[in-house]
Amino acid sequence: MRYSLFSLVRQGLNDHQQWPRAWRDPQPKPAYDVVIVGGGGHGLATAYYLAKEHGVTNVAVLEKGSLGGGNTGRNTTVVRSNYLRDDSARLYEHSLKIWEGLSKELNFNLMFSQRGMIALAHTRHEMHEMQRRLAALRLNGVDSEMLTPAELRRWVPILNPRPKPRYELLGGMVQRRAGTARHDAVAWGFARAADARGVDIIQNCEVTGIRREGGRAVGVETTRGYIAAAKIAVVVAGHASVVMAMAGLRLPIQSYPLQALVSEPVKPILDTVVMSGLIHVYVSQSDKGELVVGAARDGYVSYAQRGSFPVIEDQVAALIELFPIFSRLRFLRQWAGIVDVSPDLSPIIGRTPVENLFVNCGWGTGGFKATPGSGHVFAHTIAGGEPHPLAAPFGLDRFTTGRLIDEGAAAGVAH
Amino acid sequence: MLLIHCPWCGPRNESEFACGGEGHIQRPDPAMAHDEVWVDYLFYRRNPKALHLERWVHAQGCRRWFNVARNTLTHEIRAVYRMGEKPPEGVR
Ligand SMILES: Cc1cc2nc3c(=O)[nH]c(=O)nc-3n(C[C@H](O)[C@H](O)[C@H](O)COP(=O)(O)OP(=O)(O)OC[C@H]3O[C@@H](n4cnc5c(N)ncnc54)[C@H](O)[C@@H]3O)c2cc1C
Ligand SMILES: [Zn+2]
Repeated sequence: MRYSLFSLVRQGLNDHQQWPRAWRDPQPKPAYDVVIVGGGGHGLATAYYLAKEHGVTNVAVLEKGSLGGGNTGRNTTVVRSNYLRDDSARLYEHSLKIWEGLSKELNFNLMFSQRGMIALAHTRHEMHEMQRRLAALRLNGVDSEMLTPAELRRWVPILNPRPKPRYELLGGMVQRRAGTARHDAVAWGFARAADARGVDIIQNCEVTGIRREGGRAVGVETTRGYIAAAKIAVVVAGHASVVMAMAGLRLPIQSYPLQALVSEPVKPILDTVVMSGLIHVYVSQSDKGELVVGAARDGYVSYAQRGSFPVIEDQVAALIELFPIFSRLRFLRQWAGIVDVSPDLSPIIGRTPVENLFVNCGWGTGGFKATPGSGHVFAHTIAGGEPHPLAAPFGLDRFTTGRLIDEGAAAGVAH
Repeated sequence: MLLIHCPWCGPRNESEFACGGEGHIQRPDPAMAHDEVWVDYLFYRRNPKALHLERWVHAQGCRRWFNVARNTLTHEIRAVYRMGEKPPEGVR
């Protein structure tokens, strides 16, 4: 069923009681051409592009919980492409371009809002780093500009108004095409579109083993039985090490909690995303009016999806320093997701030493923005067996060749 | 907030400490090690969803390093032991 104003009015006349399911709830078949492990945005996007671009429709997405219940439904939804290195700028910009037409393509309102993202500079060193990044971005055709303190205050008048704040505002960098999107809508939109092309989306199906015959992967053991697969693609974010260990592989990944908070809803007060790398916080306002606040990841490896209290304290202190007006807001919810951090803070996309086994992980604290682009290049890699040109630099082999893609500056604080 | 028993200062709040990641990693002999060994040493970590042996420093206390055996799912600390020591029997 196509969603439209017409269908909305018609269902409204029936008190919205007759909307059909958005995707089927199939039983797993004994075998598939491609089994995707992980029903987050990246896994679902991969399935969608396999079907749409490569005609591979005998595909299952296996999700241990519910769709988007992982980091896809836990993130703070910032979408941007202002990364420093050429390889990253190309990959994230590829994704941002897809975002710009995605609601229409999927016939699903992703609430993608290009409200801009401003990174603040409080020190001269940060100003230098920004100017350098800006030059690199220009060369890669990614939009970004510097803002003066006066321009910053005009755009965001609630920034700390004290004449001598502890962290001075020297300037900022904005990407106007950056913004936010509705996170679970991305999972649902891709799920519905993939399902419509024949992909089986199977929830409550945990992969517990990967069966190998010699150097090849041939299928997965799951809580709903054995499923054979010509190709297996693992897209499980924070659980990448755990799932790849089932095939006897190790990864250069460590899993950490990343937390976020939302406040009670208030009237519109902030129409962009503001981030401070130095004092480590970023904030935007959701369409419901809640402030969505994110900060640094926790300091130690963990699979407990809750996060540690000292991080919340620091994050709130930083928020109040930037926006004293928020000091009397009450917070409603706090949560964490487990993020997969690679040594150079860049993703790992491609083949593995086990034949027919592919991996897409290492997006760490910042993969939501990459959801469509990641699925697009990964589907190409799986279908043809060769990496997509944009994904080629992001293979596992870079840790041996030494050709790292160090995004410490662009991906460390800003997710 | 974790309560961590520094071997020198006793129980203190997590916020006084910093974690230095996986412990007991031996630097390979540069003269002997080939690429695979170096890559493993530099980048590959166990990252288990289970007991983890790791190094911590009492950054805002005595500033000394020590080992902690902690479960990464429950955060239960099974043992604290000094640098250079092996984890106690039964903690693995
Ligand atoms: C608090 C927070 C804030 C963030 N903010 C941003 C941001 O502002 N911008 C941005 O770009 N990124 C952000 N991120 C990062 C972003 O959320 C992730 O990089 C991205 O969503 C990863 O998508 P995914 O589909 O790979 O993972 P997920 O959505 O986590 O999907 C992986 C799925 O695999 C499933 N799975 C795991 N093990 C198994 C198994 N054995 N069998 C079957 N299924 C399994 C999980 O249940 C999960 O649903 C943030 C993350 C967090 C936690
Ligand atoms: Zn101490």
